[in-house]
Amino acid sequence: MSDLAVHFSGVGKTYPHFTLDDIHLELPTGSIQGFIGANGAGKSTTLRILMGLVHQDRGTVQVLGHSMPASQVAAKRDIGYVSEDLRLYKAATLAWHMSFVRSIFPGWDAAYAEELARRFDLKPEQKIKGLSHGQRVKAALLLALARRPRLLVLDEPTTGLDPVARHEVLGALTEVLADERRTVLFSSHNTLDVEQISDRITFIDRGRILDSDDKESFLDRWRRVRLEVPANAVLPEVPGIVDATRSGRLAVVTTDHYQPDLAAAYQKAGATVFAVEAMTLEEIFVADVRSRRERKAA
Amino acid sequence: MDMHSTGFVISQTDGRPMYLQIIEQIKQRIAVGDWAKGEEIPSIRQLAVALQVSVITVKRAYLELEREGVIVTRHGKGSTVAADPDLGPRLYERELAQHLDQAARIGDLLGISPKDLQNRLRDAIQSYLSSNRSTAEEP
Repeated sequence: MSDLAVHFSGVGKTYPHFTLDDIHLELPTGSIQGFIGANGAGKSTTLRILMGLVHQDRGTVQVLGHSMPASQVAAKRDIGYVSEDLRLYKAATLAWHMSFVRSIFPGWDAAYAEELARRFDLKPEQKIKGLSHGQRVKAALLLALARRPRLLVLDEPTTGLDPVARHEVLGALTEVLADERRTVLFSSHNTLDVEQISDRITFIDRGRILDSDDKESFLDRWRRVRLEVPANAVLPEVPGIVDATRSGRLAVVTTDHYQPDLAAAYQKAGATVFAVEAMTLEEIFVADVRSRRERKAA
Repeated sequence: MDMHSTGFVISQTDGRPMYLQIIEQIKQRIAVGDWAKGEEIPSIRQLAVALQVSVITVKRAYLELEREGVIVTRHGKGSTVAADPDLGPRLYERELAQHLDQAARIGDLLGISPKDLQNRLRDAIQSYLSSNRSTAEEP
């Protein structure tokens, strides 16, 4: 058995006004991967290629050992996918959807479905058209989760949810990982959600992967260093500096490869280090996107 | 095990990384005897699910606790509290050292003499102790 649930290699897709290029993704079985990007960055396109809904122009995609899009029928038996458009029949009830999904997927767990309905505060007899946005998201998630698929692919599952619903959804997602054979890939522009529950994080911007690493390494690598630099001092060139701004005697340096000897190097050059600050995932993402866009424009 | 009753609280505004918060709260649990010496503790996955945080974060906390001799992990058999856990003040010790370091640096920056800085620290200790004593003496 391969221990990668998802493996993208050199994947690309060209549209008239958007190009997804050179996408490499590795998702180990038993982990949660958060996929972060601005709107229009290519998150949904990537997830649709993963599902075989969009066919890549270049590169290979393996999902649960199946080649996509060629073996998508076999692969989809074990994938639960919740997209932004949700695809629920407005005139039908949640209970109708539950029995419909159950008739197609033999792995349907009726007891778990009922438990989720209770926890998500959903009434199966209610019609989809009477549900709020948050309730619809939770209904779609229930239908995917109760199949107990080996891979869950969720496109923006927490967008537009109120705090209570977000909490319920994040809880249900982390619970999936109690079973170490199951894997979750979800896209979001809410970095707080991703920071909380992801094992691995991938940044995407303008159709390209910026960075992909396990979360702890991500948070460890990035630091913001605040310095006082005497007027005549020159800061040494150090690798891994993403951004450096100087105003008067004060400087702020952002690095994506922090090492303790960085501070020492600055001290040696005559600067005084006030603080070495950890960054939130949101700050890291914004710094990464900005510096790459600037470098590209330069 | 009902994890909610163990009272772990992970704060996103705490400022410290989540794995450090988990380490500290596990140590507290052991220190007060809720998690007894030699007793089995939740698996990494169980605790991750209960806290709604990622597996890798809990794994990092457990690795660190193992290195410090607080817990023992046997491959494939889960983790237990060490027979003689070293709950030494390391965590706070490190924090204190950082704050003192910072104070010395900022003092220097502001041109405060070492003597004055020492006096400032003494004042801070006194005002902390007196305010704490007065609240302790109230009925």
